[in-house]
Amino acid sequence: MTSAALTNGHVIRTRALTKRYGELRAVDGVDLEVRAGDVYGFLGANGSGKTTTVRMLLGLVLPTSGEAEVLGKPMPTARRSVLPRIGSLVESPAAYPHLSGSANLALLDATGSDRSRREARRTKIVYALEQVGLDPVDRRPVRTYSQGMRQRLGIAAVLMRRAPLLILDEPSNGLDPEGIQEIRRLLLELNAQGTTIFLSSHLLAEVEQMCTRVGVLRRGRLILQEQLDSLLQPTGLVAVRTRDVDQCITLLGPVVASVAGDRLLVRAKDPARLNAYLVGERVRVDEIGPYRRTLEDVVLEAEARA
Amino acid sequence: MIVVELIKMLRRPRTWLIIGMLVALPTLVAILLAVTDLGPRPGTGPPFLSAVLSDGTLFPLAALGVVLPLLLPIAVAVLGGDAIAGESQTGTLRYLLIRPVGRTHLLLAKLVTVVAFVLLAVLVVVAVSYAEGRLLLGRAPATGTVSLSGSTLTQQELGWRTALALGYVIISMLGVAAVALFFSTLTRSSIGAALGTIGVLVASTVLLGLDAGSALHPFLPTRYWLAFVDLFRDPILWRDVVRGLVVQLGYLTVFTLAAWANFGTKDIDD
Repeated sequence: MTSAALTNGHVIRTRALTKRYGELRAVDGVDLEVRAGDVYGFLGANGSGKTTTVRMLLGLVLPTSGEAEVLGKPMPTARRSVLPRIGSLVESPAAYPHLSGSANLALLDATGSDRSRREARRTKIVYALEQVGLDPVDRRPVRTYSQGMRQRLGIAAVLMRRAPLLILDEPSNGLDPEGIQEIRRLLLELNAQGTTIFLSSHLLAEVEQMCTRVGVLRRGRLILQEQLDSLLQPTGLVAVRTRDVDQCITLLGPVVASVAGDRLLVRAKDPARLNAYLVGERVRVDEIGPYRRTLEDVVLEAEARA
Repeated sequence: MIVVELIKMLRRPRTWLIIGMLVALPTLVAILLAVTDLGPRPGTGPPFLSAVLSDGTLFPLAALGVVLPLLLPIAVAVLGGDAIAGESQTGTLRYLLIRPVGRTHLLLAKLVTVVAFVLLAVLVVVAVSYAEGRLLLGRAPATGTVSLSGSTLTQQELGWRTALALGYVIISMLGVAAVALFFSTLTRSSIGAALGTIGVLVASTVLLGLDAGSALHPFLPTRYWLAFVDLFRDPILWRDVVRGLVVQLGYLTVFTLAAWANFGTKDIDD
């Protein structure tokens, strides 16, 4: 993490990063800030520019304007020294279909500047395959793999190098629920050991469960970037579900913030006291508790503002 | 990187399928000649074919003459066209580039691999056809092989002239390889790149048959392909061989540079 410290703890930092294809601004003035140790959730609908941004961070696509700094160095100019320290999954995993999973990993490891010697390579491959639950002695060609197995192989390729930064595009794509959980546990373990993870996804639930920080991209623009816990902090509202909505409104008056069907949001500090009061007034309370916004609410709000 | 590319080429079933096809055609020719004893009349048909009935040691050269005009360049177009476009199609290109493998380095490794394939294919064709010539066709006259000019060549002379011819055939494929590699950086479809290259070769062949295009002839990539025959005259007729070398190196330089210029700054967004 030494070089990350050079840029005030930023592992990824972009300034007005822009990619235009003719008239279309695929990525439009994006200022990303990913700090060391973050699990950063990069959210956005398909086609919002996530993948183009990831590709610019990795030097695959050249920005039209703006700057990107990864692990403290400018990309794409410093790709030779930066890329060996990143593990990444770009869109879908890819492998040579006529070769086995381990043969594919061996070929991949034999390229690039951090290739290892034969015995070390073998150990590395076995370790990586076991981490993702694939059998290292499986000789079947990748052509026969299921989509989930291909995804696991892609993640194994990421784990082959002990990188301080992982850039993962839709890592749970094609995995079954059990696989999603395994990979999530694996990534959180790596994060606990100090790996910064930049995860792009269109699954809000996935990001909400894993991430410490989120950025939301919409039509190429970054419309939100915040620590997740400050986005989801208590709202000072209590949610009440009741059959006696009208009675409630009469009783509480102006402290009712909003009403939607049988659900009221009430400005109150203590749900228990509110409950006691309502019950004392013979209101039939079906459900009551502190109101927390979900990431979905936050994203929808930000999109509505944008 | 070059070693990795070579391994990839050798482990691909397709490579061996293509070499099998390259060997099959001269084998069929050898069998037909041996069974029917009907060679083309001297001076017609592919080079050396009329001579091999009496002298089987010339059959490797006849085999090269059989595969060179069509099969070998198509094989090179397929492999060269697949070089970058194929990686792009399987999605492995982006993973190679973020290892990172330098783009120039990757192009160079791909080019070397295609040339290595030509070397391998030509050697296999020559080895197999040598055995076939010995087994199925006539023995060399005790006095030695007769050159195209009528003089006699010793085994030793025949040996080094054959080696020169092999080298010339391989260099003749450099132009095709470079054109295919260039097309391969333009498209995501390896079949498209291969067909584009074959299109160039067909156009070259058509123009060669057109007298009105004679001003273009010296610059066409296929013009001097069969000049290796001149290595078996006595004395060797160097003129076309040298011109062939110059043309091939010209195509190699221009199209490799074009491929490099295009691929070096290309957005990889497949």
